[in-house]
Amino acid sequence: MSEVSLTAIDHSTDKNASLKQRLLRAEGSYRRRSMLLIAPLLIFLLISFVLPIGNILWKSFDNPEVVRALPTTLLALQGWDGESRPDEKVFVALVKDLKTAKDEGQIPSLIKRLGYEDGRYRTLLTMALRKLPDDGVESTSRSLIAQSTLWAEPSTWRSIQRAGRTLTAYYVLAAFDHQVDAQSGNIVELPKGQALYLSVLMRTLWMALVVTLLCVLFGYPVAYWLAKQPSSRANLWLIMVLLPFWTSLLVRTAGWIVLLQNGGLINHSMIALGLIDQPLQLVFNRVGVYISMTHILLPFVILPLYAVMKGISPNYVRAAVSLGAHPFRAFWSAYVPQTFAGVTAGALLVFIMAIGYYITPALLGGPGDQMLSYFVAFYTNTTINWGMAAALGSQLLIIVLLLYWVYSRVTRPANPAQRA
Amino acid sequence: MSSVPPYVRFRGVQKSYDGEQLVVKKLDLDIQRGEFLTLLGPSGSGKTTTLMMLAGFETPTQGEILLDGKPLHTVAPHQRGIGMVFQNYALFPHMTVAGNLAFPLKVRRMSAVDIELKVKRALDMVQLGHLAQRYPAQLSGGQQQRIALARALVFEPSLVLMDEPLGALDKQLREQMQLEIRRLHRQLGLTVVFVTHDQAEALTLSDRVAVFNDGVIQQIDTPKALYEHPCNSFVAHFIGENNALPGTVVSVSGAECRVRLADGSEVGARASTALSAGEPTSLSIRPERIALNVPSANSLSGRIEELIYLGDHVRVRLNVAGHEAFTAKVPIADMHDDWLAGHTVPVSWFSHDASALDPLVHH
Amino acid sequence: MFKKIAVLALMAGAASQVQAQQLTVVSFGGLNKQAQEKAFYQPFSKANNVDIEAGEFNGEMAKIKAMVETGQVGWDVVEVESPELVRGCSEGLFEPLDWSKLGDKKQMIDSAASECGAGIFIWSTVLAYDSTKLAKAPAGWADFWDVKTYPGKRALRKSAKFTLEIALLADGVSQGQLYTVLATPEGVDRAFKKLDQLKANIQWWEAGAQPMQWLVSGDVVMTSAYNGRVTAAQKEGHPFSIVWNGSLYDMDSWAIVKGSKNKALAEKYIAFANRPENQKVFAETIPYGPTNTLAIAQIDPKVRGDLPTAPANLKGARSVDTDFWIEHGEELEQRFNAWAAQ
Repeated sequence: MSEVSLTAIDHSTDKNASLKQRLLRAEGSYRRRSMLLIAPLLIFLLISFVLPIGNILWKSFDNPEVVRALPTTLLALQGWDGESRPDEKVFVALVKDLKTAKDEGQIPSLIKRLGYEDGRYRTLLTMALRKLPDDGVESTSRSLIAQSTLWAEPSTWRSIQRAGRTLTAYYVLAAFDHQVDAQSGNIVELPKGQALYLSVLMRTLWMALVVTLLCVLFGYPVAYWLAKQPSSRANLWLIMVLLPFWTSLLVRTAGWIVLLQNGGLINHSMIALGLIDQPLQLVFNRVGVYISMTHILLPFVILPLYAVMKGISPNYVRAAVSLGAHPFRAFWSAYVPQTFAGVTAGALLVFIMAIGYYITPALLGGPGDQMLSYFVAFYTNTTINWGMAAALGSQLLIIVLLLYWVYSRVTRPANPAQRA
Repeated sequence: MSSVPPYVRFRGVQKSYDGEQLVVKKLDLDIQRGEFLTLLGPSGSGKTTTLMMLAGFETPTQGEILLDGKPLHTVAPHQRGIGMVFQNYALFPHMTVAGNLAFPLKVRRMSAVDIELKVKRALDMVQLGHLAQRYPAQLSGGQQQRIALARALVFEPSLVLMDEPLGALDKQLREQMQLEIRRLHRQLGLTVVFVTHDQAEALTLSDRVAVFNDGVIQQIDTPKALYEHPCNSFVAHFIGENNALPGTVVSVSGAECRVRLADGSEVGARASTALSAGEPTSLSIRPERIALNVPSANSLSGRIEELIYLGDHVRVRLNVAGHEAFTAKVPIADMHDDWLAGHTVPVSWFSHDASALDPLVHH
Repeated sequence: MFKKIAVLALMAGAASQVQAQQLTVVSFGGLNKQAQEKAFYQPFSKANNVDIEAGEFNGEMAKIKAMVETGQVGWDVVEVESPELVRGCSEGLFEPLDWSKLGDKKQMIDSAASECGAGIFIWSTVLAYDSTKLAKAPAGWADFWDVKTYPGKRALRKSAKFTLEIALLADGVSQGQLYTVLATPEGVDRAFKKLDQLKANIQWWEAGAQPMQWLVSGDVVMTSAYNGRVTAAQKEGHPFSIVWNGSLYDMDSWAIVKGSKNKALAEKYIAFANRPENQKVFAETIPYGPTNTLAIAQIDPKVRGDLPTAPANLKGARSVDTDFWIEHGEELEQRFNAWAAQ
């Protein structure tokens, strides 16, 4: 058989080129029509995914505040050597810029931005703005330096220059607990009391991992049991599994508070049963977050597992038993490996969803249980530091992409046939 | 049967799944060592359940199964040492061919050297030594079947169960595999219990065939006996082609009887089942036992309805005694040129080729 | 078909112009909003044939900023806290107010009439507890730290603002010196050090309703809380008490979002809300202090004692320093987050 087809190909190699062209021509219109069909989807994806994500990535480097507020100052600083005290014209330009910026309402964002370089610049600028030297003053530099000697230090001006670039690494550095030291200009680690995001990142990954493991641990037997049920009953139970999806996440989370709090149902019952004397702290800590997140994400591991398990014939375990394996070993070595695809699919789904969890830890956890998304929301809503929010969001995005890449490498099947 | 104690014995075995219906009603069956026994029957007849009970995956609701004289329920399924080949093979998709074959040896904690040797020998036995490192999904159906066979044999069980193992193969491959299974059975001195619904396969392979219907063994016999001397209409119909003519028993004398057919003509037949005069019966005659144009004692006239020329023989469909689907298979050499549809020819058979069986319940 | 729709749309547009005007007022939700509906929204819409679209938010300036920046201003009047008011005003997110249109500026208390904001009420963050569960009444934030006398968890708002002040007050800093101390790095360290002592016993709240629920469920024995929430809970029959000593008060203000399409109507609304008789209704519904000096005299004397502005309550109280939080807020919140997350 194979020999015949091989010779057939040999005969036609000389015609291959033209055949290929003819094939392309023949299928060209078909392909164009199918492209047209999926065009709405492509446009939707572009608008709803690619553009916002691109925007977020851009925002984590975008640095418009100082460029917009102090254009002449930055221009005047161009000729400066970076070591000595800048010329008088730089000070004059600064005062002029500050006056314009005040009228245009750019002062708060300017102060905020320069404050990121060094907290002292906030007070420095506030003071300067309160008593801006008049145009007629003899020496603008002297009157500013009279307010604060910081104006005399080259590092202040270097910081303005650094903050005055159109792109900044500040947010991305901060997302990894680093900053550019205002004095030396070197990248340094944030001091211990301020460093936060690396540990939050680690915590986010860890919590997502724990939740994933718990989901697999609890979801696996449930899916197995479901797969063993006759279809009609399994469908009913599947509806039960899906039931929580019909209520909002907020309601489910709030429901857990009611159950888990000190005066809640669980503590109440356990005290009534005499199991404990004092209520257990089950909520507003890690325990509550784990319980609730596991509950909420469990269906995402049960469903793919169920789908995979439903397709595995009971004969595999029987075969292993007939070959002499103890039922447990038969299950472990003949059944479980065949569910790996379901386990990894479910686990990856849960992990990626867990990594971005926000509401549940915010409501059920303490401050030590907040995940990265909480800080994204914090910077977006509370402090309106969208650069920081974008940098943390990008961090999360990149880590998810990295993990996915690792996952696809690790799980790439050894034999091509299994991929089918 | 014989004085040698049976290797496997089913004693009064019953099985019900739902507590209402018996899938296996009453099973008494002895299997001799070295025998190739096929359980044959339509789906739902209880043959697979019987096999699964022997394998230990189902428990009899009543009765017991003895293996080599020991009650089987005292031995856990994985300790029975029974090789099994499954429908669709059940090769572990995540293991290579070698891994699949090594599995039963690994669970028996054999040394790596022994395992390698035995795996190689088993693969050579099915002539697939070169595929050791492939995964099942990369093999053809026939190759998978051989691997499944090799895996069931690699740990040298003396009893091998096969559950419709050839069902998924095309005809050519199936016939090839049948020969292979026969060869292995003889070569290794195995006892094989084979389940199939394909009667040709059963006849090809088996020393004895147990025909199942409705949870009961209808007949258990050698292929020849089953074919030539079916004990009831079900067996006669299930195995091979069969002409059934309804009639009434006129007289019985020993193993012979006279039967009056629907058109009033009387013919002689073997009385296979206990029948007495006056009872309704169904006369069973194999198509190849029928002669046309040869007048004899049992001679009727039949009108030719249709002729199908098949090269080695000709199939003639006739209307005989009011029965329109009466078929005769006539060797080409005996064919006459004037046999045309509409012609009437004498139809005859030897009395000992016809069996008077239980009357057919018409569907 | 399309023509028909276009005609219908035009007709609908024309009809809506005949109908009542619409004004979108967005405030902090909950009991506060309920009181505002009663005191301001309903009488205003009745008197002027205006539909008030009442929204809620949590004071996130992000939404307002996004609206102003994209030019899609859907909100007209918003309720904001003082730092947000000042910051938003200088960032150009709010319209500057023309006080000639908003009523008598002289009737308002000092800080209530600012460049972009008209004060609505004075509210206070107080210490609240369940009086049936504590043997001895706590006297101030120092007792809040006394886990021996008052074992159990305490709740605080999860923000540097209030928390750092409370820590310093508990550590013995006087009300007058509070922000002077907090403005120094040593003062901040001192506050965090004080917080370290209590950290294990603190349960953090973010929404004003949470601490009340926790007092009811017994999850916490003491909490910081908005005084209006506590009084409302008392009205529902909960045996809660307020410690006014060490309370921190601030003002909420109305502001008009820059680019509001209903600016004139918005001004009319603010003028309405500034009137003493309307502020009286508000204060009697939820006990927050009026900003119109004439309103105080009109308020039911029984309610007057519950207001943060009652002289007795003001004695140990301190106003939140808006300028301090504008200048140091982000830095301190960042450090607070880092501290709390450890």
